[in-house]
This record gives sequence, C-alpha cells and structure tokens, in this order.
Amino acid sequence: MAYELNVNGKAMTADVDADTPLLWVLRDTLGLVGTKYGCGIAQCGACTVHADGAPIRACVTPIEAIGGAQITTIEGAASLEVGARVQQAWSELDVAQCGYCQPGQIMSATALLAENPAPSDADIDAAMAGNICRCATYVRIRAAIKRAAGQEA
Amino acid sequence: MGIISNITEGFSPSRRAVLAGGGAGGLVLAFSLAGKGAAADTPAALNAYVAVAPDGIVTIVSKNPEIGQGIKTSLPMLIAEELDVDWVNVRTVQADNDPVAYGRQFAGGSMATPLHWDQLRQVGAAGRAMLLAAAAADWGVEAASLTTEPGVVVHAASRRRATYGALAAKAATQTAPELSSVPLKDASAYRIIGQPIPQVDTAAIVTGQPLFGIDMRLPGMLYAAYAKAPVFGAKVASADLAAAQGVKGVRRAFVVEGGTEFDGLLPGVAVVADSWWAANKGRQGLNVQWADHSTSSQSTQGYAGQARSLAEAKAGKTLRHDGDVEAALSGSAKTVEADYFYPFLSHATLEPQNCTAHFHDGKMEIWAPTQLPEPGRQIVAKTLGLAPENVIVHMTRSGGGFGRRLMNDYMAEAAWIAKEAGAPVKLVWTREDDMRHDFYRPAGFHHFRGGIDDAGNVTAWANHFVTFGEGEATARSAGMAPTEFPARFIDNYRLDVSMMPLGVPTGPLRAPGSNAIAFVVQSFIDELAHAGGVDPVEMRLRLLGDRGLVGDDARSGYDAARMAAVVRLAAEKSAWGEGLEPRRGKGIAFHYSHLGYFAEVAEVVVAEDGTVKVEKVWVAADVGRQIINPLGALNQIEGSVIDGISEMFGEITIKDGQVEQGNFDTFPLLRIDAAPVIETHFIKSDNPPTGLGEPALPPVVPAVTNAIFAATGKRVRSLPLRAEELAAG
Ligand code: FES
Ligand code: FES
Repeated sequence: MAYELNVNGKAMTADVDADTPLLWVLRDTLGLVGTKYGCGIAQCGACTVHADGAPIRACVTPIEAIGGAQITTIEGAASLEVGARVQQAWSELDVAQCGYCQPGQIMSATALLAENPAPSDADIDAAMAGNICRCATYVRIRAAIKRAAGQEA
Repeated sequence: MGIISNITEGFSPSRRAVLAGGGAGGLVLAFSLAGKGAAADTPAALNAYVAVAPDGIVTIVSKNPEIGQGIKTSLPMLIAEELDVDWVNVRTVQADNDPVAYGRQFAGGSMATPLHWDQLRQVGAAGRAMLLAAAAADWGVEAASLTTEPGVVVHAASRRRATYGALAAKAATQTAPELSSVPLKDASAYRIIGQPIPQVDTAAIVTGQPLFGIDMRLPGMLYAAYAKAPVFGAKVASADLAAAQGVKGVRRAFVVEGGTEFDGLLPGVAVVADSWWAANKGRQGLNVQWADHSTSSQSTQGYAGQARSLAEAKAGKTLRHDGDVEAALSGSAKTVEADYFYPFLSHATLEPQNCTAHFHDGKMEIWAPTQLPEPGRQIVAKTLGLAPENVIVHMTRSGGGFGRRLMNDYMAEAAWIAKEAGAPVKLVWTREDDMRHDFYRPAGFHHFRGGIDDAGNVTAWANHFVTFGEGEATARSAGMAPTEFPARFIDNYRLDVSMMPLGVPTGPLRAPGSNAIAFVVQSFIDELAHAGGVDPVEMRLRLLGDRGLVGDDARSGYDAARMAAVVRLAAEKSAWGEGLEPRRGKGIAFHYSHLGYFAEVAEVVVAEDGTVKVEKVWVAADVGRQIINPLGALNQIEGSVIDGISEMFGEITIKDGQVEQGNFDTFPLLRIDAAPVIETHFIKSDNPPTGLGEPALPPVVPAVTNAIFAATGKRVRSLPLRAEELAAG
C-alpha cells in the first residue's frame, strides 16, 4: 500500500508492503542510499536514521511503524545545526577509512549531541556502542564527537 | 594540524579512460573522458593519469581500488607533487579496470606504496616536463631555463609566466619523456607528500552520497538475492520456485547449475525482483533442499582431533632444519613444550558482497566493489563463455576489503543472474550470506618445543605446524614460509608441517599468515623468556642480536637492526618495566610483514571475572623514510591495531560442513567502548616508503596475550579469548 512519509523535510510516497523495513524503502524506493545495510538485525548501526530526532535502526523498523514521524537521514543531516557540526568535525579529522559505517555513526553522534551537548567518554561509549566500524576508526570517532562538542582544541 | 582539502569528482561509473596510441615508459598518451568531446574547454590529457583543464583544474586518475586504505588520495598525491600543482586544484577520478593503461590494479599486500612510489612520481614529473616543453616552444627558450611554481611555468630571466591551464593543449602534443629519465624533487621541496591530507571522498562520505558498490542504480534495474548451500559447493536438489514467484514484486526465480570452484559461480537459486526486500522475501520461501556433499561431515571438533593425531605423528614434511634440534633440546638447561591454536575468521566487510551487472550489446558491464578487478573480469568471461574484451569492470569504492574482495565470486553470480534475467541486476548478499560464504582466515595448530641454556638464551626451536591442504597443495593462505622469524636467528631451528583436507574456502585476511603466525611465535618467545627468567624485551633483543640485515637484500631479507630499533622505541615509550597494580600487565611483541617493521606494547586489565580490556597500545613503526599522508597513515595503524584486538574475540566454527555463525550477534566485532588509546611513533629510517594497510596488525595480538600473562600468570595458547579461563583464582 502507499505510505505517506516525511523524509528530510519533504513529503514522499512509498508504495510497498507493510513489513518492508524503512531501510529498504529509503534505499530502493526513494533512492536515498546514504543509509546503509550492514546486518539487518539491529547489531551494527549502519542503518541509523532519526525518527522525530531519536536514533532508530531502519533495518528493523517496518514502514507501517513510522506513522507520521519526521525521518531524517544522512542526506538531511546538514539541515540540523548539530548534524552540520558533526559532519564538519568528521571532515576535519578525516574520521573515515572505507566510510561505509560513517552515515550511521554521524546520525548516532548527532542524536547524542542534540541531547547531551557535553558528553563524557562514558556517555560516548554508551551512545555509540551500537555502531560498528569494521575499519575501527573509533579513536577518531571519539575525537570528532569531542570536537563537535567544542571539547578539545 | 595543517590540513589541505580538495573536492572529489562525483560518482561517475561511466567515466572511462579511452586508449589512443602508445606511449613512452608504458604510458598511454591520450586520454579522454567519456561523453566529452575534444572541445577547447575540455581537459587536455598529458598521459593516462593526468588531464589539465584550461582553468588549471587537474584531474588525476587513481589506478587502484579504494577499500578504505586511502589509495584514491595517496596515489594522486604522488603525481600531484611532481607535477607541481596545488592540491586544492586536483580532482581525483577512480580508474576502471584497464590493465593496458594501468598495469596491475589491485588492493592487496600493502603493495601500492612500494610499487608506485617511484613510478607515479615519475608520471607526475613527466607531465611537468611536457608542460615545460610546451612553454619552451612558445617562448623560444631552453626547457632547462624554466622552473615551476604550483600550476605555473616560470621563465625567471624574462619574467614570463604561463599557467598549466594555458599550456595544457600544447603540452598534450609534446613527446612524453622516458619515465626513468625525468628528475624528481628532493624531499625537502615537497609541498604535498608528507602533509596530512583528508581523503578525497570525505565530503561525499559524510553527506551520504552514492559511492559504494551497493549504492549503484541503473535505469530499469532489478534486484537479486542468491541462495547457496550452507555446505560449500553442494548442489540444489529441489526448490519451491513457485513459492518464491508468488511473493509480490518477484519477477523470476531460477536454479543455477553452477560449478565447483569456490572463486566462481557455485550452485544456487536466484530470485530476481523489483526490490531487494521482495527478492529476499521470495528467497526465504524457496525451501531449498541441498544434495549431499563430500564435506558435509566436517567440523571444527573433527579438525582439532585430526590435528592432535597429526601433531603426535611423524611430520608430513620438514620445511627447514638448521643445526640439530633434538641434540640441542636434550642438551638444554630447560625445555618448554606448548600447543597453540587459532580459529577460522571471517572478513566481515561492513558492506556485504554485492555487484551490479548489465548485459547489453553483447557485452557484460559490471560495477563491483573489488580488490582485484582483472581476475574478476576473467572469471565472468569464463563463466558466461564471453571473450574477456566483452566484459567491462568498473571499480566502485568498497565498504572494506581486508582481503575478502580479492575473490570475485559475487561478480560471477551477478553476471550470470543479470544475463539470465535480461535486465540490469543488483545482487546484494545478506550479512548471513556474507559470513557463511567467505574465504576464511584458516585455523591453525602449532606444536612448539623450545630449549634454553643456563643464561636464558634460546638454544633450540621446533615448530610442528598442522594446517590444511591435500597432497602438495596447501589450502590458500594456510602456509608458512621457512624464513619466518625466528628462522635464521636460532642455530637449531626446525619447521615441520602436516596437513589435513578441508572443505571450507580459505583466503587472505589482512596481513595473511602474519595475523596468526605472529601470535604463536611471539607468544612462545615470551614463554621461553619467562622460563629462562629473562625480561621479554631483553629476550627479544638477544634473539635479534647484532645481525643487521639477514638475507639477500632489503626486499627479501629481514633487517634485525631495524626491528631492534622499534623494539627499543616501543619499550621506551611505554615505560617498559614500571611496576603495575595486580591484574594489570604489559606485553610486547614485534613482527615484520609487508616490508614494515613493527613492535607494539599493550597494556591490559583483566577483571576478576576474566574479562579482558586493552587500555592502551604503543606502536613503534619503521616504514621507511617518508610517510606519504600522516593523516591516513595514523588511521591505518589505529584501525589495524583495533582490528587485531577484535580478532581475538571472535571465531568461525564449522559443524556438519557449515559455518555456525551468521551475523554480528554470534561473530562479534570490537565496539567503541572496548577501543584502546593508541600512541604511534615512527622511526624514519633511510629506506623507501612502504605500505601501512596491514603490518601494524600482527604484533598486537601477541602483545595482548603476553600482557594477559603479565597480568594474570595465565598463558593464552588458544584463541578466541575465553573469560572463564582468565578469571581470578
Ligand atoms: S543494518 Fe541496521 S543495525 Fe545493522
Ligand atoms: S570506516 Fe569502514 S566500517 Fe567504518
């Protein structure tokens, strides 16, 4: 059936089965491929997007559960004040190696900083432990979050 | 940090170098970008790698696949340096698979830096020489009287200046010089090499632009899922194709006969649909029954049993025997005997294997994340019965490689399915497909015997290595070189090998061989050190001795002096020898691989319940005189170190011929809360620069197990780490 969605501030329609995960609606139906598939079982965080500002795993969220929530994906992150700052820090420190996990990392970090502008190391661990980076860029992810929070030189 | 930034060209899979004419030194002289004519405002090609636009923007081709090692940035940096342009004016383009223009194109063995350090600087310098020649002709002066500033040719005597953009069209018509004849800059004049430069794709990565193979979209494209047997290579006995075809959106389901080669097209059932979700849903309804297979009774337990008997029996083969190990052992003051084991591991690239294929006009066009495109092209050609020239392979960015994408099995699958479907098709593996159809890091068994004298010096070393293979053929990546340290460093040294057959595909995993060998060798050295009452750093320095270069040359030999230097540096930086609280310990290890000398110290805390936390790792590295891009170099080292630690916590096990794990819940990867602090120090020795994709990984594993011993008195001889074995009491 046809679902009315709000993605990155735009009204969109997706004619898909009710059980289709948001991830595949974004990637295959709407052509927003920035959100990544890594595991499909909420283990890796590559598919992280925001629903009304909260981070969710799009791979296990069926489209029928979205309702009227405002979805923000990596393609819309720059429109969030915090999202733009996080992207900036990620670029300055050149966090990525292969880059595949980074959209999910950036969306998780953005949600963290929106709620907690000055996170401790423990806060960062707790908020980011759901996002795997196979290239293991964790040292820079931590540094970039601190930079985006204005916590380091 | 002085970071210079530039912009990457967008995702442009249709961009393709077109060959026109031959050239000097293996260079092809003409180059055009598909879809663009030779109008006056288009870039003029100086060679197969460099095109200069009238506005001075320089397009540089990166020949090798980008898998996260930063090659799309670092190789163009070499060219840009000698071409003498500002990095902000450089645009980078990923080459297609084109061995005629670019020679071997691959991501593996940390080879790109040593192979291209001279060659690509020469390519840049040759381009600069052509710009100089063009200016010399315009001005009627000797080329030798000209110099360059970034992007500008200067004739100081007459104060004339011309931009590269203005000279480009004429420069493109100049004779290309022999690569070996062009002079190169002195390192002190570098403006780009040695600078911390962000990856050219960074902006696209952080904004979620399409970059990866899995992001590929073509008009009219369909999606495919492919079910293969959990027992590697088993054939399809039956499948409920109708059930799959009944799923909304599914266009077709069909059985693929396939072959027997792991690297190619294995038997399976393909489901093609309007969306990937529909294809995968259809696949779940297939209820495939698989035929019996000769390897369906193999298991991890079975291998362990066989390995035990093989280790006790006479060795299949002696790979090396120096001196007389038995005599030396019986004459030793003390002997130590130990059995070591490491498990199969999966590559688990975060982007699962995928490939987009489109058969049109008699040609198969492929877009794939691959580390080794040309063999992919060959395997597609062979599988489909096409001439290789009718297969075109475009390389996309890879969401990780680690050796997995040296094999192109998914390319053969996508090509077959697309041809059969008669439409462009994107095949995407599930995570479970990926983990259960990998080319695994082979498990291995080592039975060690070592002897020490009264002074704690090693007098004998014997290793009976039990691995996989049949007849004379060792399973892929399951061998061990007879020159592997400490061969040549101990007078009485013996390496034996015995093999058992394996039905599981194996292959190189980042720092292949080394990622396992370093663990067992550097752990056993530690055992001997403790048995002899010698400090582990001291023991290592004694073993290395003052031998200098062991072997014929820097390429094939082992430079003990370079290794001793990094061992000393790692010890110094980590304050080796300082007292630590209970259940906290430091361990040291070193390993030489991929032409890089690495010593690492790990500091760990082992909780009462046996949980291991690696808190800090000190890395001392000698990869030659020049770090090309320090920003990328540090990232590679930190990633390798954490990757190595991550590998200590997971294992792939086999039961009934099948892999038991399927996803990150059963094959864990290290997460941010377990990531240590990493401190890296380089020794700039007077050697050519070498690659950093791999050599930092191997030593961290034994550094951690040696640290666990220091913290607990418990020797880890088998991976993965098991908390219950390391608990207090
Ligand atoms: S793909 Fe959703 S958490 Fe991994
Ligand atoms: S950068 Fe490769 S998975 Fe994170």
